[in-house]
Amino acid sequence: MINQNIEYNQLLRISTAGSVDDGKSTLIGRLLYDSKSIFEDQLNAVEATTRRKGREGVDLALFTDGLRDEREQGITIDVAYRYFTTPKRKFIIADTPGHIQYTRNMVTGASTANVAIILVDARNGITEQTRRHSFIASLLQIPHVIVCVNKMDLVDWSESRFQEIVQQYEGILSKMTIRDVRYIPISALNGDNVVNRSNDMDWYQGAPLLHTLETLHIASDLNKIDARFPVQTVIRPQVAEFHDYRGYAGRLESGILRKGDEIIALPSGFSSKIKSIDTFDGELAEAFAPMSVSLTLEDDIDISRGDMIVRANNQPKQVQEFEAMICWLNSTPARPRGKYTIKHTTNEQKSMITDVLYKINIDNLERNSDDKDIVMNDICRITIKTTKPLMIDEYRDNRSTGSFILIDDSTNETVAAGMIIS
Amino acid sequence: MNKYYLSYLEELESEAIFVLREVAAQFRNPVILFSGGKDSIVVTHLARKAFFPAKFPFSLMHVDTGHNFPETMSFRDDLVKNLGVNLIVGSVQEAIDAGKVREEKGRNASRNVLQITALLDTIESNQIDCAIGGGRRDEEKARAKERFFSHRDDFGQWDPKNQRPELWNLFNGKHFQGEHFRVFPISNWTEMDVWNYILKERIAIPSLYFAHEREVVWRNDSWIPVSEHLNMDDRDVPVIKKIRFRTLGDITITGGIESDADTLEKIVEEIAAMRQTERGNRADDKRSESSMEDRKREGYF
Repeated sequence: MINQNIEYNQLLRISTAGSVDDGKSTLIGRLLYDSKSIFEDQLNAVEATTRRKGREGVDLALFTDGLRDEREQGITIDVAYRYFTTPKRKFIIADTPGHIQYTRNMVTGASTANVAIILVDARNGITEQTRRHSFIASLLQIPHVIVCVNKMDLVDWSESRFQEIVQQYEGILSKMTIRDVRYIPISALNGDNVVNRSNDMDWYQGAPLLHTLETLHIASDLNKIDARFPVQTVIRPQVAEFHDYRGYAGRLESGILRKGDEIIALPSGFSSKIKSIDTFDGELAEAFAPMSVSLTLEDDIDISRGDMIVRANNQPKQVQEFEAMICWLNSTPARPRGKYTIKHTTNEQKSMITDVLYKINIDNLERNSDDKDIVMNDICRITIKTTKPLMIDEYRDNRSTGSFILIDDSTNETVAAGMIIS
Repeated sequence: MNKYYLSYLEELESEAIFVLREVAAQFRNPVILFSGGKDSIVVTHLARKAFFPAKFPFSLMHVDTGHNFPETMSFRDDLVKNLGVNLIVGSVQEAIDAGKVREEKGRNASRNVLQITALLDTIESNQIDCAIGGGRRDEEKARAKERFFSHRDDFGQWDPKNQRPELWNLFNGKHFQGEHFRVFPISNWTEMDVWNYILKERIAIPSLYFAHEREVVWRNDSWIPVSEHLNMDDRDVPVIKKIRFRTLGDITITGGIESDADTLEKIVEEIAAMRQTERGNRADDKRSESSMEDRKREGYF
């Protein structure tokens, strides 16, 4: 699709979760197909496979087929990413399996999403799986949630059934912190209210799903207040022309920085002023999140990877012990008082889980403070201690400086994802 | 009023630059896998931007199958000279001569699969701990599951069912001696994004991407260039056609499409109207439903 608005069109990251039966693959296939993002050779391949399986037409779910094992077993094992573009936006869908044993994949897909699509089968209403997906969307602070009540064709396009499910969902929302929720009655199989408006549900006055995705206001979701610039690497050209050049390369994770701003480098606490904001395309007067730039400073102070440049009058907390929610991602359980490398922005330190406060059962959201063993897919609130201070914000204020991963040094694997509470 | 958000191309660029800087910070000896195709050219361009005004801290690495387009080779050599970077070449011919791999026979013989051995040998002999590639998740279903930072064991193999979870933008490149990573900074780009970016940035690309006249034969639904490396028989009737290439691989397996698009603007317009995927013209992907997955597991790009 030619993009006339290339200077303005935004990127929207969507996460979906679900199992084979709730129509998730069909919905994604429908979005791709009706938005004309499917190419002829892909369509021909899917038509051929549909015929081979003894069915007719186009089985939309086959567009999201993945690895060989997944095709053979008819399941999704891992997060898969799909792309489509309309004249209004570019979309990335993180497509994740919805079974409880795949909590870790849902968390992964949700970590970068602007919006979560939660599918509810109109016949079954709210299920454990709906609760699970919604809780993860809330835990990962996805700014927008769209509840798609699917298979409306199988409940005679009933408005009262739809309203009933909306009421049920409002009920479970009370235990969560989701800022923006919308409800759309759809039939992914028939295409009702996905890309095109339904002819069978006149009672629904809202927009179809694609239009909703195209127009969601996301520019203000990113924190534009707290300037946080974690340093990735220091750029020092070894040539005469740039003899004394020291550029601090990184991405502004939140907020805005301007040339001339008074800054402070953490953890050292040295202060200076921004001398220039450099890019390959020239100097900038200001930079905002999520831009990748290089900063030069008026004073020659010692800054390296893992340090953070912030405004003198707006600083993150510096702590060595804090509470967080973590999701355990590895098949090896957490070692009691085990030591792990914590990776927080570009900073790495040694850390230890000092206490397990409670575990959450994500099917009914009940807390259990007796079970202290952390195994794969567990979500729990913990206390963690680090060898040196980290520069943190609360996750609900800042998804970048409020998140971390834990790495097991004996395997190098990423074993936990964490969201800082306080 | 100033706009305080990035357009999607700006956001993709910023993400790729972030990933490239993470590579520089986390690895000792990283290289860019350079094929001479548009994706690796875009990655190289992004690397220039990421470390400006310094040179990027990566060598370029090319796996030379011996079945190259001459235009690709001269483009590569010019670029290396202009950037003043180091070039590492892994040779498939040498692997064949050393008896490590055997040349395929017959009409559709290709050296595509043979590249895996040369690639892994070169990575090992140069002690490379990270190979940056231009792979995109929209290209193929096995690639849709690929991470930005993708771990390879000490045999260079990919284990798609046992990948490290990748959350937020926290990339874990930790590895043991002998293992390496493949990193894909443009994972989230589509073919259209790459072309729009090439147009926006006016990035130089090989002449093969522009419409030109060439002697070709019709095979597997596309125009295959006639060259000394193509095994031809009576069924092949060479004709002159005005074509261009949508992707570049070995000269024996890369099919061209008939086209008049001889400027970047016309190419972008043509791609936008295309109803076939770009890899539809690549004989290497047509061998079976899981041919890409199988090659990737063994260590392919």
